[in-house]
Amino acid sequence: MIKATSTSTTRYTTQRIGFGLLTAMTLFTVLPILAVVIYILVLGTPAINGEFISGFPREGMRAGGIWPAIVGTFYLTLGTAIFAVPLGIGAAIYLSEYAPENRWTRLIRIAIINLAGIPSVVYGLFGLGLFVLFLQFGTSILAGSLTLSIMTLPVIISTTEEALRAVPQAFRTVSISLGATKWQTIRRIVLPQALPGTLTGVILGLERAAGETAPILFTVAAFFLPRLPASPLDATMALPYHLFVISTQVPGMPVKIQYGTALVLLAFVLGMNFIATTIRSRARARRQW
Amino acid sequence: MKYLRILPFIIFLFFLAGCSNQDGTADTSSASADTIENKGSDTIVNLALAWAEEYQHVHPDIRISVTGGGSGTGIAALINGTVDIANASRQIKTEEIEAAQANGGDPIEFVIARDAIAVIVHLENPVNELTLQQISDIYSGKIDNWLEVGGEDRPIVRLSRETNSGTHVYFLEEVLRLGAKDNPTLFSQNTLLLPSSEGISVEIRQNPNAIGYDGLGYVTDEMKVIAVAREADTEYILPSAETVNNGQYPIARDLYMYTNGEPTGAVEAYLDWILSAAAQPIVTELGFVPVLH
Amino acid sequence: MDNSLNWREKIITRFIKVSGYSAIIFVGLIFYFLLREGLPTLGEVQFNSLFATRWYPIEDYFGILPLIGGSLIVTIGATLIAVPFGVGAAIYISEIAPRWMREILKPLVEVLGGLPSVVLGFLGILILSPYLRVFLDLPTGLTALAGSLLLGGIAIPTVVSVAEDALDAVPKSYRDAALALGATEWQTIWRVTLPAARSGVLTAVMLGIGRAIGETMTVMMVTGNAPVMPGGLGALFEPARTMTATIAAEMGEVANGSVHYHVLFFIGIVLFLISLIVNVTASAVVFRQHKRQERILS
Repeated sequence: MIKATSTSTTRYTTQRIGFGLLTAMTLFTVLPILAVVIYILVLGTPAINGEFISGFPREGMRAGGIWPAIVGTFYLTLGTAIFAVPLGIGAAIYLSEYAPENRWTRLIRIAIINLAGIPSVVYGLFGLGLFVLFLQFGTSILAGSLTLSIMTLPVIISTTEEALRAVPQAFRTVSISLGATKWQTIRRIVLPQALPGTLTGVILGLERAAGETAPILFTVAAFFLPRLPASPLDATMALPYHLFVISTQVPGMPVKIQYGTALVLLAFVLGMNFIATTIRSRARARRQW
Repeated sequence: MKYLRILPFIIFLFFLAGCSNQDGTADTSSASADTIENKGSDTIVNLALAWAEEYQHVHPDIRISVTGGGSGTGIAALINGTVDIANASRQIKTEEIEAAQANGGDPIEFVIARDAIAVIVHLENPVNELTLQQISDIYSGKIDNWLEVGGEDRPIVRLSRETNSGTHVYFLEEVLRLGAKDNPTLFSQNTLLLPSSEGISVEIRQNPNAIGYDGLGYVTDEMKVIAVAREADTEYILPSAETVNNGQYPIARDLYMYTNGEPTGAVEAYLDWILSAAAQPIVTELGFVPVLH
Repeated sequence: MDNSLNWREKIITRFIKVSGYSAIIFVGLIFYFLLREGLPTLGEVQFNSLFATRWYPIEDYFGILPLIGGSLIVTIGATLIAVPFGVGAAIYISEIAPRWMREILKPLVEVLGGLPSVVLGFLGILILSPYLRVFLDLPTGLTALAGSLLLGGIAIPTVVSVAEDALDAVPKSYRDAALALGATEWQTIWRVTLPAARSGVLTAVMLGIGRAIGETMTVMMVTGNAPVMPGGLGALFEPARTMTATIAAEMGEVANGSVHYHVLFFIGIVLFLISLIVNVTASAVVFRQHKRQERILS
């Protein structure tokens, strides 16, 4: 490369232009995200105060707080976790530790990919058809949580499976050779090692559940309820639906409250995202194998 | 790794505790309080909400839960017996009454307020008045430019509520079809169907090409209300409480609440209060027209 | 003691197996319930009027073609945005960016994936659509384009993360060989790495499309929802009504068991089948790639 020929100069010019283009594209992808987050942060922060967080909506939701929506989203997320976490981790364990390489297992994988791809509003239809109408749960936290948990399953399964597979085979061999049963090996050796990855998957799945609106439209969401839900069979307000309602349905809604609600929802979701990514990168840094 | 085993249990218990705790408080309060379930029209939901809030100040022992979902949803719930009061921005249909009677019910109607539907445009739009026929032609697609109704040379962007809203149906029957039952006129296909009143307001506020319609309660001073005439040679009237109650403004309708059978107890007291001088001023505050009794 | 251990082991193993198969069960259940509520449509609505161009359910016009067209046009627009930007960003992150940059960029893209779609729709109404109207001199900013732009943003994280995984999976030896032969880094990326990761990138594109076609709230808030049959790419600058938005907007207020209710479930079946096709194609590409790799390695 000492004698730079003219062709190599053009080659490097192409490279420089190409790299510049890719950098620009990446910036175009990433900067709007930052802009959105910062924009909502700036316009939403003035709305945040004690009453906004812990109060009930007043004056046709144009004043007061969003506490019932926060509580509703919390319950829904929790309900989703109760159903989706055991099932998701179970499925991941099956796929990584038990499943033989046969046609059925391939079918399971295709099914998971499909679950991940089904439009969220179709989950809403399904929840309406099965839980609300057929099983007669009514529009309730139970129906909504079940719908959301099926939607989050694929995320939890695939991340957990990845984490389980990353645990070296030698760990299992040693444990089994010391006389432990397969389940003992999984529970005492494999699962603890895969815990950070599993947690990341669970949180990312729940994050999606917390932020979704379409699946809860027909299964849980209430426009306005002057009280907190009293049982899993109650309908509830929820943050994403509340934001949809106040940004499209209520006349003369103060912009401040809209941005405030957007900020709380964003904080809820991004907070979970942050926890998930932190757990993952910490675990990567600490991994001994 | 012990906590790994306990963690799900803690979460589960927490959930149960949270719920049962709520149950406890709900139980103790429901011993002394009556709950009124109120559901239906999205047009009325904000009014119903305001009433519910105010009523709970006066009668803290009564709990009123308000949900929207549309007139049809509210009436369906009334037929199924899951609500005490259904809100509707249209009159109950004969089929619905039959369905209710088949279920052993008997819907009773209350006119609780009136609503004028205002035709609205951007503040800078020079057009001030339209006849019903012109509005019908605009929405059916016969008129495509503001120039044809005395405005600037701009394309007309038609805004409407979604097809399932009572307001949409009313506008179709009374304005597009001019009240004639056999008139087959439909909305032009490129009419924007916005999921909500607020969607219409946002677009009207910033788009000088747009025309929209909405309940008077949704009109703010950031948009211009069009004066409407029944015929080209009659007077152009702006919607207001006065012009609605004396029948001058042509696009106005009654708003209803329905109960299943003659109301009793807390529901009766609530409806009496709604129709009283204590509650009707709230109607005006929200931009609807109070009923004269 | 030993016995009880055995029992527990058995029960747990059983549970794990059942949850393993749960995904198949759920896909089956979903499809069954969609069919159960959606198939009566075929008996209630004439085939010709179902595949007609007018959607106006309160007057019994149940033509779903404009809705399919609306979904299509919005998705095409979103793909035109998400694919170049997504793949470009994936190449940058995986091949060009220094390590510290990568550590910042990857989580940022994930954040975009986590932004609730309602939040994007909310900003779309307030900021994007007014801006589009003024900037492009359109009659209204509530157009398919507004939907496409936001959906593009929503699909990008999917495209980036899958494509980046695919690029990452290309063995380092490929790159080393190309560089040793005197190729520039750019030539290596363009001629060696990207072609080697081709099928993974294709999967990324398919999954991105799947994500865009299924998105609901954002499109419902910004596309204007007019059920117009799109005539060509020009329809991007006109309002559109997608299948997902139609279900979300109308389901809440239809009477259970009515014709309209059945038709909305029928649209659900169409959406389900589309996502099935997209995803099976995407995974078939992956499986084929695995097989080829196995052949090469053995």
